[in-house]
Amino acid sequence: MTGTLLSIRGLTKAYPGVVANDSVSFDIQEGEVHALLGENGAGKSTLVKMIYGLVKPDSGTMTWRGGEFAPPEPRAARATGVAMVFQHFSLFDALNVAENVALGMENPPSMRDLAAQIRSVSENYGLPLDPDRIVGDLSAGERQRVEIIRCLLQDPKLLIMDEPTSVLTPQEVEILFKTLNKLKSEGTAILYISHKLEEIRTLCDHATILRLGKNVGTCIPSETTARQMAEMMVGDTLHTPTRSAKEEGAPVLRVNDLSLSSANPFGTRLKNISFTVHAGEILGLGGVAGNGQDELLAALSGEAPTEAETITVNDKPVGHFGPNERRELGILAAPEERLGHAAAPDMSLTENALLTGAIREKLMNNGFVDWNATTKFAERIISAFDVRTPGPTSAARSLSGGNLQKFVIGREVLQNPQVLVVNQPTWGVDAAAAASIRQALLDLAAEGAALVVISQDLDELMEIADHFGALNEGRLSEIRPALGLTIDEIGLMMGGADASEGAAA
Amino acid sequence: MIVLEKRPEPSRLLSMSTPVFAVIVTMIAGGLLFAALGKNPFEAIRTIFWDPLFGEYAFYYRPQLLVKGAPLVLIAIGLSLGFRAGIWNIGAEGQYIMGAICGAAAGLALYPSESVLIFPLMVLAGALGGWIWAMIPALLKVKFGTNEILVSLMLVYVAEQLLASMSLGLLKNPQGFGFPGSRNIAEWEAANSWIAQDYGMHWGVVAAMIAVIMAYVLLNKHILGFNIRLTGEARRAARFAGVNPTRLILFCLGTSGMLAGLAGLFEVAGPSGQVSIDFNVGYGFTAIIVAFLGRLHPVGILLAGLLMALTYIGGDIAESQMGLPASAIQVFQGMLLFFLLALDLLTNYRVKLAMKGTA
Repeated sequence: MTGTLLSIRGLTKAYPGVVANDSVSFDIQEGEVHALLGENGAGKSTLVKMIYGLVKPDSGTMTWRGGEFAPPEPRAARATGVAMVFQHFSLFDALNVAENVALGMENPPSMRDLAAQIRSVSENYGLPLDPDRIVGDLSAGERQRVEIIRCLLQDPKLLIMDEPTSVLTPQEVEILFKTLNKLKSEGTAILYISHKLEEIRTLCDHATILRLGKNVGTCIPSETTARQMAEMMVGDTLHTPTRSAKEEGAPVLRVNDLSLSSANPFGTRLKNISFTVHAGEILGLGGVAGNGQDELLAALSGEAPTEAETITVNDKPVGHFGPNERRELGILAAPEERLGHAAAPDMSLTENALLTGAIREKLMNNGFVDWNATTKFAERIISAFDVRTPGPTSAARSLSGGNLQKFVIGREVLQNPQVLVVNQPTWGVDAAAAASIRQALLDLAAEGAALVVISQDLDELMEIADHFGALNEGRLSEIRPALGLTIDEIGLMMGGADASEGAAA
Repeated sequence: MIVLEKRPEPSRLLSMSTPVFAVIVTMIAGGLLFAALGKNPFEAIRTIFWDPLFGEYAFYYRPQLLVKGAPLVLIAIGLSLGFRAGIWNIGAEGQYIMGAICGAAAGLALYPSESVLIFPLMVLAGALGGWIWAMIPALLKVKFGTNEILVSLMLVYVAEQLLASMSLGLLKNPQGFGFPGSRNIAEWEAANSWIAQDYGMHWGVVAAMIAVIMAYVLLNKHILGFNIRLTGEARRAARFAGVNPTRLILFCLGTSGMLAGLAGLFEVAGPSGQVSIDFNVGYGFTAIIVAFLGRLHPVGILLAGLLMALTYIGGDIAESQMGLPASAIQVFQGMLLFFLLALDLLTNYRVKLAMKGTA
């Protein structure tokens, strides 16, 4: 099929303080997979929200098959033939698949007809899904299928997918790509948002690259190297973290048969987790989100205390200790959720420095806070980690995600931990900041600390981890040396293949 | 079309000035209310806000400002600690009553001793009474996860029944000719809380000032105060920072109950003078308004307490001189909280006028 489906000319959208999109123009052809590439904050989300009618552009025009296209709301965009799968799902855990699909429809058919439709679409496109299952029991990949099927039932001409693979195992990604290729062969155009370059190279026909809200170039991904695309995205040459050769130290952190139920009713129960981390070692834990990452971090940070012997540091049992007792022993953690967990949004950076630094940095005298020392500690983090902010009195929520992440990681690294546990250390952080955070973690390990890095970014784990394990439904796979692992082996570990025999019981 | 837009940081200027705006808007709305009741609104507002301070009989009303302000500030300081952490003690009125009953009972048991230890003993008993009454919702919350708002509120009515029973039974004045109510403690030299009655000065005023200073130091200089604020701002972050929620609930509810109990004791041993059926006049509830009007900040609460005391006194004057119904005064006080909370939106959001059609 040929011809232009959607043509975008000079779209501009400004928010107070930032220009999210600055006269962006590009065309999407009928039946092509078009990639929208860019770092976090490059303006990808704002752009697709304008196409989907969620945000109104300040200026610029869009044409749909030659006619004017300015959807005032998503309903109008859907009526034209635009469908969108969001990065964050809007599903109700307590309802079943068919009910969730019906909630997103204008005129839902009867439940029986709808269930039949879901079955036929899911078979047609190779997306196995049972309409009667409760969404709360589904994996992230299956939840995404619910969203995709909800879109496909509308028979879209343009399907927008916002970072669809960030929650999938490599095998699930393969299934998704098959579906997308089938859709493409039937003439549906796909606008595919991602910052994973290899994916884009295998899947997409054209790519438009955004940087700081501007269209900085287009390319044909299959004819461009990943490095070239990355450098267009960043606008700079990439700095790759360096690691020095080192020998393995003594065992520091030991987890012995840790089982723990989650505080959250839809959380994951940790089951019989055991591992050892040595001084100077980085253990990378992969796995799809929601497979026990948050729970494992809570168990290691002390937010969810357990039996004393299950966690030992230098042979001292610490499982029953709370967060502050563990901090005294040098066991520090940085959770995934920056605002509201790692930092208090409305408090200043100084106050947030006190949040975890009070004990090791000796910021208290008999319970009285030494605000001068605390401010100095905050300033030290800001300068050492290049946190862009007017100063330590700024509220945490006024920082961009990447800068706050640098602050949160820096706060723990500067406290000289013996054991550091981080969850998603570079989530939502631009490439340059991510590289500096990874370098800081590598340096910390080189100084002899034992690190556990939990991440969904496999490239990141392969880059910094010495050993690799994967979490699946609260179980930990076998731990293997990261060097030489193939993507297939990793996929099997993430899918829980080597733990599946025990799971049957 | 009017659009609200979230500010990147809360506006400090507006946070300080919204209470002033709220008072002004309340005066306007209250004036309209009084006009609708057929009274001269300007005269009514002047009677409430001006006459107690600078009117002809101000020498009589000014001491009243301390008498009414002290319990409000003392209770509101305690409440503000919990409110900052998202722990809602709505039952200060009950803790106030229990403080008065326990304190008075401890003293009256030794009547007519003139020992210097009588008053300190009463203070301890009053604090303990309020503390125990607040520990009921606190323990139920930490043990069984009950809602402290409901439990503390319901315990107010239990305390009121107990108060009635005490005035008619156990604590009834044996020489009172059968009238309900206890002996007059204010006339008992060793046990009354007055320091200088002519100036409205009693130990409750001193306690309120100490509470303001202690709360200020706690919130700004001490890790416990930091933990209280952190819990209110971000519960998960507080857990991550190692705050023990159970201990925090016990501390906040206990402290607010204790201060409310003290307020009750100082009241019963001074301005009120006796345990009687109509001893409580709603200080425990008004203190909630005081706490919020003062931005949950100790100094703010001090100013807000004096302002509310002023509306109480001015309201009384307006009631007797202008014939304004007492309920109109209560509506007036309620409006103050209403407008404050409404205007509060402006500290976190800015109002933008969006033109239609410029999309």
